[in-house]
Amino acid sequence: MAIARKKLDATQERLANVVPPKGAAWADAIRGDALERLRAMGLPDRRDEYWKFTRPDSLTQQDVPEAALFDNDEAPLFDAVDRLKIVFVDGVFDEDASDDLSLEGVTIERLFGAGQADIHWAKDIYGALEKRGQNPVDRPLAALNTALATDGVLIHVTGNASKPIHLIYRHKSVSSDAILHHVVKLDKGASLTLLENGPAAARFNKVMEIDVGDGAAFHHVRAQGRDHERRAVTHIFARLGAESAFKSFTMTANGVLTRNECVIELAGDDAIAHVAGAAMGDGDFHHDDTVFITHDAERCESRQVFKKVLRNGATGVFQGKILVKAGAQKTDGYQISQSLLLDDDSQFLAKPELEIYADDVACSHGSTSGAIDEEGLFYLRARGVPKSIATDLLTLAFLAEAVDEIEDEGLRADIVGRLEGWLTRRRG
Amino acid sequence: MLEIKNLHVDLEEEDKTILKGVNLSVEAGKVHAIMGPNGSGKSTLSYVLSGRDGYKVTDGAATLEGHDLLDMEPEERAAAGLFLAFQYPVEIPGVGNMTFLRTAVNSQRKARGEEEMSATDFLKMVREKAKTLKIDADMLKRPVNVGFSGGEKKRNEILQMAVLEPKMCILDETDSGLDVDAMKLVAEGVNALRSEGRGFLVITHYQRLLDHIKPDVVHIMADGRIVKTGGPELALEVENNGYADILAEVA
Repeated sequence: MAIARKKLDATQERLANVVPPKGAAWADAIRGDALERLRAMGLPDRRDEYWKFTRPDSLTQQDVPEAALFDNDEAPLFDAVDRLKIVFVDGVFDEDASDDLSLEGVTIERLFGAGQADIHWAKDIYGALEKRGQNPVDRPLAALNTALATDGVLIHVTGNASKPIHLIYRHKSVSSDAILHHVVKLDKGASLTLLENGPAAARFNKVMEIDVGDGAAFHHVRAQGRDHERRAVTHIFARLGAESAFKSFTMTANGVLTRNECVIELAGDDAIAHVAGAAMGDGDFHHDDTVFITHDAERCESRQVFKKVLRNGATGVFQGKILVKAGAQKTDGYQISQSLLLDDDSQFLAKPELEIYADDVACSHGSTSGAIDEEGLFYLRARGVPKSIATDLLTLAFLAEAVDEIEDEGLRADIVGRLEGWLTRRRG
Repeated sequence: MLEIKNLHVDLEEEDKTILKGVNLSVEAGKVHAIMGPNGSGKSTLSYVLSGRDGYKVTDGAATLEGHDLLDMEPEERAAAGLFLAFQYPVEIPGVGNMTFLRTAVNSQRKARGEEEMSATDFLKMVREKAKTLKIDADMLKRPVNVGFSGGEKKRNEILQMAVLEPKMCILDETDSGLDVDAMKLVAEGVNALRSEGRGFLVITHYQRLLDHIKPDVVHIMADGRIVKTGGPELALEVENNGYADILAEVA
């Protein structure tokens, strides 16, 4: 109790001068509620079980740890894709750099501005999916986001989006502290591909709530920026209707601290949720994938495929859970988390969990850590492939199961190109 | 072509001597066979020559066209023209067979200061060679050796040999795990590669492979040494009488 009291006091103190932004009445009510919820649960600290492997201090403290700007000389990601670009600079929408926010089959509005209306479709989703996702595990930084987000987009997909929407996050200030909150709603049978990339800010807190209607399809591919000193905590909260599909892939290369939480509720029968990640880190890289998938309907399928390549003392974390509620019969759940440790200094911390209350389900999970396969390495070298290139080939092969979760060939090729670039730059 | 002189090799992790003074010389254009009982050191010889970890050369030398093999990395030996067809080809999930072949060819070309091969030329070349080995497009697309049958794996080894065009080929028990038809196919593949400029060292347990790949010289290896050398008739002698007679004779 003493610890809990102390934690709540610390939270009170930290939030003492925090004032949520003002907007439409419905949004302000949600913000106020989120702030109250946050005060009640307290900001995470290192004693929290859910933060056992990742220190939250730098994400919660008042002062933003500075992050040097990084000059990325690579061609912009997804550049060959015909897409609608929405640009944020240090967490602020950049109208000049963005495309006109009009797209067939979709309405796109800024959180502020659009949020001025008294009645808005987003009021049933904004902060609502996040709030549902707080049970059974607290996610205080997501509540903080709902309360304080200053920008973001509201995307309402009514049909088949005629092209992907690309959220680009630029980082231009060494001490920026960005909080973005997006809401995506897909009507029955609608479909959207959402792309995201960029470092965003010195410290980035992002929440994306996605309501996937019956029979709708949501595809998501994101790449988190190469700026090494940046910190990010992101949450995805998704609710899936019957026969809908949700497929999300994240690539992370570099970053001293990244925590990506993904909370999915399979609420309608026959829905599919696939989440995958490929992370590559060097040195003081710390990368945490925390996934919580709840099966609350029959015959749903969920898949988690997370792979991390770690070197020079890098740390990878995976906390993944499949919760199958009573009545969620014929659930098909799969979870794999693996790390490739390129030296003895790197570490992978994994906590895979299954909790099942239905009696007719198929769930499997596995977690491994290993080094490069020496047999494979010798075989490649015996055919004339130099050791460094052979190691890279085997590393890409290790990541392939996760990368192959990206269905679109062009997007997959873009991601593979980035992974190859990362490896080539480190070739000894 | 390949010169092995007084080669002594220990296992690195155990205090155990495997090769105890191997002397062997394979000329260009010739096929030499090494036969011998289990544990005689045949496979160790192939691994030491190709540069696998875990062995310590304590004495002797091995050269390929005068170049010191033992001083080179495995990939340098390959680029210099040495090829080992593995007894147990390794499965590499996630790496496509085509990518693997192309990376190997271009790595070797690069190491030799030659132009890399274009994707189209390469594809054409591989398809032709694959056809004669009855390797279909699907096998070329699949990850290296993953889900291949024993015969498919060995055919894939010979395809790599055909594509890489090495000067000196070592076949380590290529006949193991093959039925008669598969063995014929593999042998045909090898025979098609026989040429004046290329040497072969065929390591085998049984004479039957040598019915299909006719050797010029046959060596018998026992306890880490070559104990007897002769013509093709030596292989027949092994087939008829086993190793015991020969070993008794040289003891």
